[in-house]
Amino acid sequence: MNRQSNTYTVIYAVILVLVVGVTLSLVYQALRPSQEENIANDKRRQILAAARIVPEDGESISTLFNEHIRESFILNDKGEKTDAGVSAFDVDAATESQKPASERLLPVFVCKTDAGEKYILPVYGAGLWGPIWGYVALDADGDTVYGAYFAHQGETPGLGAEIEKPKFQNQFEGKTLFDSEGNFTSIAVVKNGQEPKSGSFVHAISGGTITSQGVQKMLASSLEPYAPFLKSLNNNRPEDTKADKAIGK
Amino acid sequence: MKLSKSLQTLINPLSKENPVIVQVLGICSALAVTAKLEPAVVMTISVTAVLAFSNVIISLLRKTIPTSIRIIVQLVVVAALVVIVDQVLKAFAYDVSKQLSVFIGLIITNCIIMGRLEAFALNNRPYASFLDGVGNGLGYGIILIIVAFFRELLGSGTLFGIQVIPQWCYDHGYVNNGMMILPPMALITVACIIWVHRIKNKDLQE
Repeated sequence: MNRQSNTYTVIYAVILVLVVGVTLSLVYQALRPSQEENIANDKRRQILAAARIVPEDGESISTLFNEHIRESFILNDKGEKTDAGVSAFDVDAATESQKPASERLLPVFVCKTDAGEKYILPVYGAGLWGPIWGYVALDADGDTVYGAYFAHQGETPGLGAEIEKPKFQNQFEGKTLFDSEGNFTSIAVVKNGQEPKSGSFVHAISGGTITSQGVQKMLASSLEPYAPFLKSLNNNRPEDTKADKAIGK
Repeated sequence: MKLSKSLQTLINPLSKENPVIVQVLGICSALAVTAKLEPAVVMTISVTAVLAFSNVIISLLRKTIPTSIRIIVQLVVVAALVVIVDQVLKAFAYDVSKQLSVFIGLIITNCIIMGRLEAFALNNRPYASFLDGVGNGLGYGIILIIVAFFRELLGSGTLFGIQVIPQWCYDHGYVNNGMMILPPMALITVACIIWVHRIKNKDLQE
């Protein structure tokens, strides 16, 4: 057959595309279960990392997750538990962040740690080159940060990408989300030497200004809808553990 | 010393016909993945695998491919292999695949691959093409790893993420060079490698 004829070229192209298409879908089908398992385990690892729980070598993430995360639920923006028909684990933070605050599903993971019960909340926002996300673990008072975990898709290595380093994340421990009057202030990420007007703050990454600002915006926008729920946690605390600041309310 | 022909196909791309520093191909990815050693190593393995197998496939098909669509056929084969590599990494080396994210997809646009398919696989038998693919993949990888070594060492003070510059250096005023992490330093490092390489190989000097 003439290799240069149009018929040959068209038939060749069609067969090639069919063969390649079938091969790729077979590969995809064959590998999908283990890929989905990897993605779910990675999410579990990130949630646990916020509560400063790091699996040891060879320890199964899902066992560890089931051991520590005793309860998870979904809130609406009034701080009430809702039944959205999905589990808190399956709520996609990226899709939720696109919705107006009043329609968002707000997942909460209750984690049992050696230091008591912690509430883990997902956060999602934008960095310089792509999305950034993370989880923030709060103490039972719904105010003090116990630990934070951040990750990114493609921030500049050595600059913006430093948000995934412990050096940056450890700064958040002990910071508070509310000011002394009980207003939600979030946590500011500011340049070394600067201070915000009110509320707690951490140091930004030098050279990673846009990513640092992205973290600040992400925390404010993702955590603000939780404010009613967090306040209710604070008010419901037993008297003897309430901080002095609650007296002024 | 006279090397056998197939051994030459394998060895030549490592130095005398190196795709990066002699043919100046694949420079874009040389600056994208070389800020740290680990992604550079995974990129080397991925490119070598894709290059070797696409060379073999194109070489097997070389007598059937219609000339008018040969570039498209090459692209389809390369793209399919890259998707497979990406899927395999996602299934078995999830952490690494997360780290490399978009760069795996960008293997398709690596000019070394199209270059070798056009220049070698279309005119040679599968076995020779396989060796050529492995050789060029490794030749590309050597440069990547050398560049990543210097960028990670001077830029972050680490190698494979492990701190190698001792703390007392920092205590005595040593600072990591943040510029090494930015893309321009990859090009300058590549240029330094070319410089040294040309001094050693006088016949390559123009």
